[in-house]
Amino acid sequence: MSAPKNPADKHAASNGSSAKVPPAAAVVPPAPAAPAKPAPKPKVEIKEPVFNPAYKGALLTHDRYWPTQRWKAPWSLRSYRRGALALGALLLGAFGLTAAVGELAPWGALLQSAVSGLLSSSFAASGVWILLKVLVVLHIILVAPIFLVWWERKISAHIQSRLGPMTVGGWHGWLQTVADGIKLLFKEDITPIAADRWVHRLAPVIVVIPAILAFAPISFGRELAAADIDVGVLYIFAVAGVSVIGIVMAGWASGNKYSLLGGLRSAAQLVSYELPRSFSIVPVLMFAGSLNLTRIADSQAGYWFGVIPRWYIFYPVVGQISFLIFLIASVAETNRVPFDIPEAESELVAGFHTEFSGMKFSLFFLAEYAYVLLASCLTAAFFMGGGGSPLPWAPWTWIPSWAWFLAKTLGIVFCFLWFRWTFPRFRVDRLMDFNWKFLLPWSFVNIALASIYLLI
Amino acid sequence: MSAPLVTRQDEFLKTDELFINLGPQHPSTHGVLRVGLTVKGEVIVKAVPDVGYLHRGTEKLSEVRGYHHCVVLTDRWDYVAAMPNNLVFCLAAEKLMNLQVPERANYLRTIMCELNRIASHLLFFGTYGIDIGAFTPFLYAFREREMVLDLFEMACGARLTYNYIRLGGVMSDITPEWTSKTREFLDYFKARLEEYDSLLTYNPIFQDRTKTVGLVSADQAIAWGLSGPNLRASGVDYDARKFEPYAAYDKVRFEVPLGKGGSCFDRYFCRVREMGESVRIVEQCLDQMKEGEFMAKGVAKVPKPQPGEAYAHVEGARGNLGIYLVSDGGQSPYRMHVRAPSFINLAILQEILEGKKVADVIAILGSIDIVLGEVDR
Repeated sequence: MSAPKNPADKHAASNGSSAKVPPAAAVVPPAPAAPAKPAPKPKVEIKEPVFNPAYKGALLTHDRYWPTQRWKAPWSLRSYRRGALALGALLLGAFGLTAAVGELAPWGALLQSAVSGLLSSSFAASGVWILLKVLVVLHIILVAPIFLVWWERKISAHIQSRLGPMTVGGWHGWLQTVADGIKLLFKEDITPIAADRWVHRLAPVIVVIPAILAFAPISFGRELAAADIDVGVLYIFAVAGVSVIGIVMAGWASGNKYSLLGGLRSAAQLVSYELPRSFSIVPVLMFAGSLNLTRIADSQAGYWFGVIPRWYIFYPVVGQISFLIFLIASVAETNRVPFDIPEAESELVAGFHTEFSGMKFSLFFLAEYAYVLLASCLTAAFFMGGGGSPLPWAPWTWIPSWAWFLAKTLGIVFCFLWFRWTFPRFRVDRLMDFNWKFLLPWSFVNIALASIYLLI
Repeated sequence: MSAPLVTRQDEFLKTDELFINLGPQHPSTHGVLRVGLTVKGEVIVKAVPDVGYLHRGTEKLSEVRGYHHCVVLTDRWDYVAAMPNNLVFCLAAEKLMNLQVPERANYLRTIMCELNRIASHLLFFGTYGIDIGAFTPFLYAFREREMVLDLFEMACGARLTYNYIRLGGVMSDITPEWTSKTREFLDYFKARLEEYDSLLTYNPIFQDRTKTVGLVSADQAIAWGLSGPNLRASGVDYDARKFEPYAAYDKVRFEVPLGKGGSCFDRYFCRVREMGESVRIVEQCLDQMKEGEFMAKGVAKVPKPQPGEAYAHVEGARGNLGIYLVSDGGQSPYRMHVRAPSFINLAILQEILEGKKVADVIAILGSIDIVLGEVDR
């Protein structure tokens, strides 16, 4: 027990465990009666209320850091130079690591042969192998949002001249999302009285499950698809479309007018934007001649004039129109700014997930980021050659295909985040006009143009 | 002007109207405003603004407080731009007391009011971006607003409720450090104004959301008693700084930005350009200002003006802010009445909201730029 510092603590201690210090009253006997002559009153000096003479008016703020100081010469700041060095080292390290690991497909084959060596029956071996693949893909989807949320917060912060999370985890708040996730796990799960309880409970599940299922045919690099099915593209669009039902259910079941408006808006928006999104990749499918994502990526191998990669985005006119329509429609499909009308926070508070809390809310969050990742993976596979290297020369070709795919995907994700923190929001009717009167007709025109290419 | 409320669909489908309480707890009513919305799908049928959630009775309170103390009350009306509030009360009280304000104090009052206009319009710029769905302009605006508030803190110690403009002058003089800091800010801010334009003003989505929405004709604006940027956006050239100059506004050159159609975009753009004019005014004031007294001699500690009445009005950040003061010779006003521009501007909402979309409600409400502290007083 440490020694108490102030007299009040001393008294508390003396009454308690420590008997060393007797109560103050026992030591000091009561003072004898006061003498007849009253003590002279202490002279109270009333000072004139003056300003502190040191105060020159500027003291309060002269040392405050204004943006004017920082913007003059950023490179003169040590932290700025150190940050640039760290970033360079990070990129170089990532390059070295990926080049050292190499392609993942041989490692996978090694693992598969190990599994089949351990298990006697081939049926059990293939079952275990499928389970392993499911686990890996599942973890990609569950872990990626943790990173993406942190990344989005950092990017938004730097766009807005802030720092973002800096504390949790030490280095630039990299554990912030984990902490938030733990917090959400412990939050109370509130179901409003007015809610339709079962539908309210079911809605987040119906939103999340298709988001996870849709990742099955994505090929994350050369021969890295969990399920290499021939109708991959069709499967993804079909499964991802189911999420709309969950959102409408969430809006309806919450028993909240804002949620209802948000749910109805999103039903209209998501169903509408499915169309240009699907039609915009028809040219890609025509060029590739397949619905298999791996084949689509492989069909983009090779270089024109030995320099320009034969990616579909580089096909003159058709490729660019196709890419832009797909990107815009993907942003709309993922409910992000400038198309975040279902959850327009300044109008509808939080739209369809206003009445969800705790893990239910975070499931919606997870689904949103999973769809962002899915859209980025698809863009990388359809238009950017999947895991192909952009340049045919040595240092670039050392990087394995999965790393290229990851880099391209993250590049598109960055675009998504960039849009979100730059653009204002569309209005509902203008959004529909934009879809039906602009995107959809142009995607049809694009198909016609692509057919001309094929004829030539 | 309004969209057709009854469409052909209604003949076949039975639809119901939905009543939505927009507020008093809502992210974009800028305080505790409640708007009772009756909507048909996404279209507004009826909108009734409901005020009074922030009523603190400052007009009544002023009847039991001395004139010096009333200045403190004025800070709490429009807490985003408190300097013009201070100023308008002091102008009215000085009229009652026949006080002459020194030249330097007039300049200081002008500088502070214009800096506060910049701070207030920056808040509008930021929150309007959020209303439309763009989050980033908000933080850009607050980065600069922080600098203005720092300047206020240097000048008077307070960042929001200043009580800086006092009867007969101002609280304290400014220092050379303050002047140099202010010039630094103004130079910096001019470049930022262009940045705002490229970030938000010329964004096609933003223009699409605001240019055809919330149209207020000049006649309508005058009939509803709009003032400030809301009135000037409709093309009515009225600015109290120009037409009945007070403080040092007759000694500086500036323009009054006017809009054409009275749309949300016009109201927004008027404010953004007013910030540029405010920069001009502050620069001229700093150039012209001479050394001298900042407080009039012989201001009574407990003023008891002769019985009478006075009206003073200034161009506040939100419009024409007026004060009607009646004195019965006692040490506190017999009656104080405030012409609060936010309150009067708010009234037009019920007319222009009808037939608009739910998303437009936010765009229009934001463009009128109310401060609930002033609406409810």
